[in-house]
Amino acid sequence: MSSSLHSSNPTVGKAFWATLKRDLKIAIRHRGELANPLIFFLLVITMVPLGVSPSPKTLAMLAPGMLWVVALLATLLSLDALFRSDFDDGTLEQLLLSPQSSYINVMAKVFVHWLTTGVPLTLVAPLLGVMMSLPEAGYIPLLLSLLLGTGSLSLIGAIGAALTVSLRKGGLLLSLIVMPLYVPVLIFGASGVRAAIEGFAYNTQLAVLGSFLALAIIAAPLAIAGALKMSVNN
Amino acid sequence: MANSKDQQALAISLDNIACQRDERQLFSGLSIEINAGDVLQLLGPNGAGKTTLLRCLVSLSQPAVGEIRFNGQALHQNLYAYRSQLLYLGHLAGIKSTLSPAENLRWYAGLEGDDVNLEERIETALKEVGLYGYEDQSCFNLSAGQQRRVALARLYLSKARIWVLDEPLTAIDKAGIAKLERRFAEHSASGGIVILSTHQDLKLDTLKQVDLQDYLPTPDMLMGGL
Repeated sequence: MSSSLHSSNPTVGKAFWATLKRDLKIAIRHRGELANPLIFFLLVITMVPLGVSPSPKTLAMLAPGMLWVVALLATLLSLDALFRSDFDDGTLEQLLLSPQSSYINVMAKVFVHWLTTGVPLTLVAPLLGVMMSLPEAGYIPLLLSLLLGTGSLSLIGAIGAALTVSLRKGGLLLSLIVMPLYVPVLIFGASGVRAAIEGFAYNTQLAVLGSFLALAIIAAPLAIAGALKMSVNN
Repeated sequence: MANSKDQQALAISLDNIACQRDERQLFSGLSIEINAGDVLQLLGPNGAGKTTLLRCLVSLSQPAVGEIRFNGQALHQNLYAYRSQLLYLGHLAGIKSTLSPAENLRWYAGLEGDDVNLEERIETALKEVGLYGYEDQSCFNLSAGQQRRVALARLYLSKARIWVLDEPLTAIDKAGIAKLERRFAEHSASGGIVILSTHQDLKLDTLKQVDLQDYLPTPDMLMGGL
C-alpha cells in the first residue's frame, strides 16, 4: 500500500475530498443527529445548577471538570453512528476497496466527525461556561483545550467505533474500549482549565493535549483502517 | 481514453483455493485461470460459497487455503495495481440513500480519482441504466430495482477493467438484464474481465461457468483437516 501514499499521486487528494464532501453533505442532511450531542451537552450542564447548587462559588469549582466530562460523554454518544450507516449500506467495503490507502479515507471520515461534533461542542462550551459561572480566566483555555482535545477524542473514539461496527449491540463495548483511552485527554484538558483559573500557566497541559493529537493523527487512522478491515471481513 | 498502459494483459489465477465459513468447509481445490476478455459465471445453490469466493477475489477476505494471484503476483503484494483496476458490486448495493444518484456516483468517481468530464459521464451513465430525470432525487425515494440500477450505473462510469459482481441482476427487469448482458459482452470484447454470480441464464458467447458444487470438499479431506 506504500505506493498509494506517494506524494506525486494526485488521486490521493481527490479521494480525500470526495469522502469529505460526501460525509459533510450527509451530516447536513441529517441535522437532527447533528444536534444530538449538542443538546445532550446543553441539557446536562443546565441540570447541574439545579441539581447540585446554584451558588456561583460551587459552580465555579465544578465548571472545568464538569464541562470537560460532559463534552467527552457527548462525543462518546455520537461515536456509534460514525461507521454504522456505511457498514449497513455497503459503502464501507467500497471505501476499503478504494485503491487509495484507507488512511486517507478514514482520515476524511474522522475529520468530518470532528467538524460536526468536536467543533460545535467547543464553540458552545463558553456559553455553558457562563451558566457554570466559569471564572473569566478560564474561557480561552477551555476553548483551546477542547479544540485540541476533541480532535483526539474523535480519532480515539473512531478506533472503538471501527472495532464494534459489526456487532449489532456494540454500544456498551464501545464505551468500555474507548473510556480508558479518553482518561488522559480528560485529565490534561480539565486540569489546564483549572490551572488557568487558579492563575497558573496552562501551556504545559495544552502542549500535552497537542502531542496527544499529533500522535493520534499519525497512529489512529492506521488502527481504524485495520479494525474496519476486520469488521468487514466476516 | 484507454492508453497503451491500460491495455496491459490482465490475468487472475486462483490456485487450489479452499474457503470456509464459520468452521464449515464450503469448497476446496478450486483452481481457475481468468484472462482478459473472460466472462466467468459462478454457479451453485444458495450457501455454496459464491459470495465468499467473490469477497476473496476482491481481497475483502482471505481464502483458508491457496493463493489468488494478479498478473503473477500474490494479491497483497500487488494490491494497489489490482484495486485500481477493480470494480466490486457486493451483496449490499453501496449506495447512500440520503444522497442522490449523481452524488453517489460522484463519490465513486472521486475514489477512483477520475474527474475528466465527470458531470457529462454521470449523466450518460444514469441515462444508460434508465435513471435519467432521477439524478437529483434522494435515493430513498427510489424503488429497490432503481437503487440497484444506481449501483449498476458504475459499470458505465468506471474505467476499471476487472468487474466482480455479486448477484448484479437481482431486482432488475428483463429489458434491464438484456441491456446488462450487452454491457458485459462489450466489456469482455474490449479486454475486460467480468466475474459474476447469478442464477439467471446468460446468453454470452465468451461465457465460462464454474459450478462450486464440483469442488465440494471430499469426506476424507474433512477428516484429515485439509
